[in-house]
Amino acid sequence: MSNSKVILSINSLSKNYELGSAFSRGKDVVHAVEDINLEIVEGETLGIVGESGCGKSTLGRMIVRLEEPTTGEIIFEGEDLAKLSNKNLRSVRKRLQMIFQDPYASLNPRRQIGKIVEEPLRIHGVGKQEREKIAKDLLRRVGLDLEAYEKYPHEFSGGQRQRIVIARALALNPRLVVADEPVSALDVSIQAQVLNLFKDLQKEFNLTYIFIAHDLGVVRHVSDRIAVMYLGKLVELAPADDLYDAPAHPYTKALLSANPRMNSDDTSERIILKGDIPNPINRPSGCVFNPRCPKVQEICKSESPALIQIGNRKVACHFPEN
Amino acid sequence: MALKDSSEAIFSESPGKIALRILRKDKRSIISLSILGVIVFLSFMAPVFSHFIADTNPFESTLNATINVHGVETAVLQPSTTGLGLGVTPIGPTWNIRSYFLGADGQGRDVMARLLYGGRSTLIIGTTAGLLCIFFSLLIGIVAGYRRGWIDAVLSRILDIIWAFPVYLLAISLSVVLLTSGLTIGFIHLGPGSFALPILIIGVVYIPYVARPIRAQVLALREREFVRAAVGSGAKHSTIIFREILPNVMPSVIVFIPIIVSLSMLTESALSFLSIGVQPPAASWGTIINDGLALLYTRPIVGLAPGLMIVFTAAALNLYGDAVRDALDPKTRARGD
Repeated sequence: MSNSKVILSINSLSKNYELGSAFSRGKDVVHAVEDINLEIVEGETLGIVGESGCGKSTLGRMIVRLEEPTTGEIIFEGEDLAKLSNKNLRSVRKRLQMIFQDPYASLNPRRQIGKIVEEPLRIHGVGKQEREKIAKDLLRRVGLDLEAYEKYPHEFSGGQRQRIVIARALALNPRLVVADEPVSALDVSIQAQVLNLFKDLQKEFNLTYIFIAHDLGVVRHVSDRIAVMYLGKLVELAPADDLYDAPAHPYTKALLSANPRMNSDDTSERIILKGDIPNPINRPSGCVFNPRCPKVQEICKSESPALIQIGNRKVACHFPEN
Repeated sequence: MALKDSSEAIFSESPGKIALRILRKDKRSIISLSILGVIVFLSFMAPVFSHFIADTNPFESTLNATINVHGVETAVLQPSTTGLGLGVTPIGPTWNIRSYFLGADGQGRDVMARLLYGGRSTLIIGTTAGLLCIFFSLLIGIVAGYRRGWIDAVLSRILDIIWAFPVYLLAISLSVVLLTSGLTIGFIHLGPGSFALPILIIGVVYIPYVARPIRAQVLALREREFVRAAVGSGAKHSTIIFREILPNVMPSVIVFIPIIVSLSMLTESALSFLSIGVQPPAASWGTIINDGLALLYTRPIVGLAPGLMIVFTAAALNLYGDAVRDALDPKTRARGD
């Protein structure tokens, strides 16, 4: 992977939300995302997993600048998105698209499918006939009938809607697609179809994906590398198979063991974590995982572990497994 | 080739068209639109009626006139010793469409002609005020909900201030002040007798009731994923507002129209009843009720007729509003059709 071109690199990216009304601003700060460093290589799929509220969606939204980063850099094809003005951002947005979780909320109920898919093209000044040609081609490519062009969103199922959302995201021929839980709202039988569509399109359009999910099975199926987040921090980053075969961070290990098993012969011990995710306003000192970690030591309570390279993976733990 | 079921829709229908189709079949909308149609038609025929049919000037007192009722020459105003203080009893309904169909009021004017003219004022003022209110509410609601931040804070506080007063108290106070002085906005001067004054006053007092729900809806829509997708594609603010947000706010705006128009008409009638709306000699249903107040015991029809007109119009508007709401609400769309 070292000889591949880095398409996106994220440097010390953080996002804080200040809570409170106009009169008490600045008292409580939620650290939604803290000091994330990541590099994404052209053509790969990076999976981001973590429990609800770990900041994975916020990270995804910052990458497409639907959320303003508090600090840090997002270098996409040589440009720092975090510093771009809204005007200069427009040209970048062509190459950077997002797919959302809820296919029911992702389509404007009052517009025809054709118009929805054409909208990004219209925004970027593509002529009418050209738009129609591209939109119809995309609809066919994502597996919908041409009749869909004149229909309205309410006439489609969740899986079909997500196909429309994918067609819209691909209309501008983007380089990088951030997919925020794109199949979580779909039936399991439909999930596989949509995931395979993602894979096919990746080959065909040479796409790079950031694939955010909480379903570990889904992520393993599509990802080349996987990043595990906990309380706004990146705790482990590893090639997908390595991560699943031998998780190095205790949190990753617990997360994997919580995955329902199909194989009844698999008797490996299930790790049950104590307590809940701590409140992101008053986060634990030291390692953020320390109150729930089965192998916690004194140093974990005082010192935050850095993300260090071990072999082909990166781990933020004082006492990594293996 | 299999035969296609002819009832199957070949062309897709937009949500708006579906609503219209449901509405067209709804008995409530048929009934209420018929009632409204008759009332509106008659009211706007008022000049024709008074000039060609009844041959009466509804804005002039005719204290000494006599008319022929069933061959008997009768005074329009008869001296009276009983009843309340006027000293005269106007003639009752003749049920003759050519003259004093519903009788005369205390100044000998044809009640039927005034009722139609009054309907015209009330309908014009109510509709214009209602639409004015909806327009400004939409503007304020979208700007506040879309821009958020301090613009929203300022606009919301202004709405709160208007909302803090009871509607009628505010309308009455504004009317009392503005009717004596008139109102000058830039080059435009609205004289004390102008219809524009009640329109403006009624339009303003109802703005918070419409603007706040619209603002809330825009705030919610702004977070919807299809709006984010448009932002993520680099859409301009105007594109997002007009293509993504406005079409999704319109159903609630449409539901508001009949309700607010009916409220505006009721308010207009109330203000006119209190002599601070439409100014005499012009008539509105409110002023006619006021005229009828003194004749309540001798000629109740004078107050009753405009009262019934208000009830029918308001009820029809609300019934229509209900039908529109049901047609636009996707949750009730499953009803067998």
